[in-house]
Amino acid sequence: MDKAHKIIRQKKVSQGIAFSIFGIITSIVVLILCGILYFIFVRGWPAMSWKFLTSMPTNGMTDGGIYPAIIGTFCLIGGSMLFAFPIGVLSGIYLNEYLLDGKLKSFINMMTNNLAGVPSIVFGLFGMALFVNKLKFGDSILAGSLTLGLLALPVIIRTTEEALKSVDDAYRIASLALGASKLQTVRKVVLPIAFPNILTGLILSVGRVSGETAPILFTVAAYFLPRLPHSIYDQVMALPYHLYVICTSGTDIVASRKMAYGTALVLILIVLISNILAGIVRSYFTRKNKI
Amino acid sequence: MAKLSANKVNLFYGDNHALKDVTLKMDANTVTAFIGPSGCGKSTFLRLFNRMNDLIPHVRIEGDIVVDGEDIYSKEVSVDLLRKNIGMVFQKPNPFPKSIFENVAYGMRVNGIRDKHYINERVETSLKQASLWTEVKDKLKKSAFELSGGQQQRLCIARALAIEPSVVLMDEPTSALDPLATHKIEELVFNLKADYTIVIVTHNMQQAARVSDKTAFFYLGELIEYDDTNNIFTKPREITTQNYITGRFG
Amino acid sequence: MRRLRKIIEKIVEGVLAMSAAITSITVLLIIIFLFDEGLSIFSKKPVDDDTVIAVNSSNPVSKLTGLQIKDIFDQKITNWKQIGGKNDSIKLFRLDEAGTTFTEQQMGSNFERLAICVDSYVVRTPGVLLYFSSKYIPKDFHGKRIEIANITPYSFLMGKQWFPTAQPVAQLGVLPLILGTLWVTLGAILFALPFGLATAIFMAEIANHKVRNYLKPVVELLAGIPSVVYGFFGLIVIVPAVQKIFNLPVGESGLAGSIVLGIMALPTIITISEDALRTTPRALKEASLALGASHWQTIRRVIVPYASSGITAAIILGIGRAIGETMAVLMVTGNAAVIPHSYFEPLRTIPATIAAELGEAAYGGLHFKALFALGCILFIMTFIINLIFEFIAKKKKY
Repeated sequence: MDKAHKIIRQKKVSQGIAFSIFGIITSIVVLILCGILYFIFVRGWPAMSWKFLTSMPTNGMTDGGIYPAIIGTFCLIGGSMLFAFPIGVLSGIYLNEYLLDGKLKSFINMMTNNLAGVPSIVFGLFGMALFVNKLKFGDSILAGSLTLGLLALPVIIRTTEEALKSVDDAYRIASLALGASKLQTVRKVVLPIAFPNILTGLILSVGRVSGETAPILFTVAAYFLPRLPHSIYDQVMALPYHLYVICTSGTDIVASRKMAYGTALVLILIVLISNILAGIVRSYFTRKNKI
Repeated sequence: MAKLSANKVNLFYGDNHALKDVTLKMDANTVTAFIGPSGCGKSTFLRLFNRMNDLIPHVRIEGDIVVDGEDIYSKEVSVDLLRKNIGMVFQKPNPFPKSIFENVAYGMRVNGIRDKHYINERVETSLKQASLWTEVKDKLKKSAFELSGGQQQRLCIARALAIEPSVVLMDEPTSALDPLATHKIEELVFNLKADYTIVIVTHNMQQAARVSDKTAFFYLGELIEYDDTNNIFTKPREITTQNYITGRFG
Repeated sequence: MRRLRKIIEKIVEGVLAMSAAITSITVLLIIIFLFDEGLSIFSKKPVDDDTVIAVNSSNPVSKLTGLQIKDIFDQKITNWKQIGGKNDSIKLFRLDEAGTTFTEQQMGSNFERLAICVDSYVVRTPGVLLYFSSKYIPKDFHGKRIEIANITPYSFLMGKQWFPTAQPVAQLGVLPLILGTLWVTLGAILFALPFGLATAIFMAEIANHKVRNYLKPVVELLAGIPSVVYGFFGLIVIVPAVQKIFNLPVGESGLAGSIVLGIMALPTIITISEDALRTTPRALKEASLALGASHWQTIRRVIVPYASSGITAAIILGIGRAIGETMAVLMVTGNAAVIPHSYFEPLRTIPATIAAELGEAAYGGLHFKALFALGCILFIMTFIINLIFEFIAKKKKY
């Protein structure tokens, strides 16, 4: 009996040690993240002002604002989503609702996963080769948006598929049993139920797209272009590239530090807001569906 | 003195009152069957005796559960030690993704036994007790998943026996098995009675009648009737019991 | 009416199918464009097209590799004997030397007679190695043109020097870049794996519901932060810290890159491992606990082994992410294209090279094509990793 108690104590001690180590490591991970956020918030906040957000960069990008970069990033978000969202949702619907399990489906799934794994710089190379050079769009919002849209496509397809998968088959069967066609079933029954989750996926991918740098380096991003774009064939500045430029190769790296903090903060805020928005959408619809 | 006893036990899942004032005593070296319709609380009650309900969040337990004269919910009791003393067999066979040998040896290893010779010996004895030894003695190193469902369940019984418990709790052990495998397990239960106190939850009334000495009938969280198995199935006192065993509901 | 509806249904299905085909088409297009441009370097020579390299006609040497020419220019090779010729010292003759060798009178005021001078110089100098623009080479040239070996896959992959714009010959060896990529990735995983796995176990098994509900969005946010922001943070905080702590001449190093990449790989590893840990059936956990195992023993002996293929998949996906990461690495590793010897020195990865150099490479030129070839290597690496990931993730559980 004594030996048994000794073993019990040993087990308790090793569990205590292991769990504290895990707890400590998790805290470190959380601290790292909060450290990054805190650092950028604290340093970036003083740079934030209405003027910073709405005026052109001046003085070799060491002063003024980041207005054109913000507008450029929003153009790219809008353009890429305009392209990727419909295609992504449609192909998600096709994969989940129309295509039966089989070789074709697993092939498309494999290709989608592979596309998701393609490094963003390779998207940049590809966008440059196809959109900029072959199709002669030049460095333009169009080329950049298409490149970013392709990059976001797998994520949107995946979230759409997941959202559709979570719709109970009973709804489909009930609808089909009432004589509704497949299209009617999808449009009137399945999509409305899956809609909030699809929307959540869209919002999250907006956050993702806004921060991508490598794909836009050679397809759209302008080093310094203190004006707003006139057409989709125009180059634009973009927030992530702007941040890269002013902290590595600007005219005066030290002097533009403040601008860099501010730009980083704006980037994080876009991601943060899109995450929060996605959370709100999710919880709003869950509550609504409960009633 | 009763081997296992429960005194005025109430259990709540949040607001759901799942067990109501259950009082029951079970003697050593007997087989007790818990019967009743699904959701009547029989499994929940069984799981009180090795404190498996502790794992579920928002559970509140009132009353005393006593094993060998000791209140097992008191602070001094070590849950690990309690569970070592009370073996459990689950509804579906749930062998670990390890070899047959390691499955049986697992309980000893986690309880600090390192003596190889002893472990080998116990594995063999337990597999014999579970009448599985002849079928698996040449493939102890093989994965447990290569066994059939019935064999897996007997492996799980051997696994429970290997750490020499005094009580074996069985939670519908044959519900996922075919009749032949079920028959083997029932035979096994009958043979194990000599050395262990066995509590078996079952859906199958014939099974209760075949293997148990005593039977407890649960309905809507209450213990309706508890008596010798013979009495329960031939002359139940309560009308609900009678309705249930004659198949009017369930 | 009914027919019309049926036709509409068919049309819609067609549109849906076309959308679903786009990802596959994109992958194919990526392969075509990347490899079309990238593989074309193997039919190219590492010198400009209008450069002539020639020797005296009596010289037995008729072929030189790019590296040999570079070594001659660097005076690491000074005798023809070293490269299979006669025992005679090499006399390099470039445009610079023309001014000191010939008088202005000989060349003519507009260099109209330079070609003749060059020709006669080659004829009378047995040890000469001529490196000249083709417009100063006469039509009836009496020297022997040297054939420069094409860039081969071997010299490309195994070459130890990456100087794509170097004169006289571009050095296109990607070994330092491949090794740099692998080093940084390895470092990142070594950092991210213990941290990520421990956090995943904590979230899946140890933390209560409430704590987990706070942790989950934190990890999601970590995944969403743009890589350029990580790079910026790395540049401002981690690089100086690494420099100070290890007392290095520069903080931009493989170590700084590994730390930043490791932080970036954390969310992938945490999320996928946690999902894998959560799929462990409750029955297995209960079986272990019912045998008297402690919670920790159950985690260590049952849950983690059960989830091991999921955890492996998480690691592999993390590696895939780290290999392809561009901006953060570009900003913190110092980008020295040398074969790495230590984590405390600057190194350079494939994605960073593409990002840094493509803007300066002339469209369609050798350098441009070489960067696309790098893209091919990167694509193949991540493609293989993805296949492994799919294979492991799909593998049946026992």
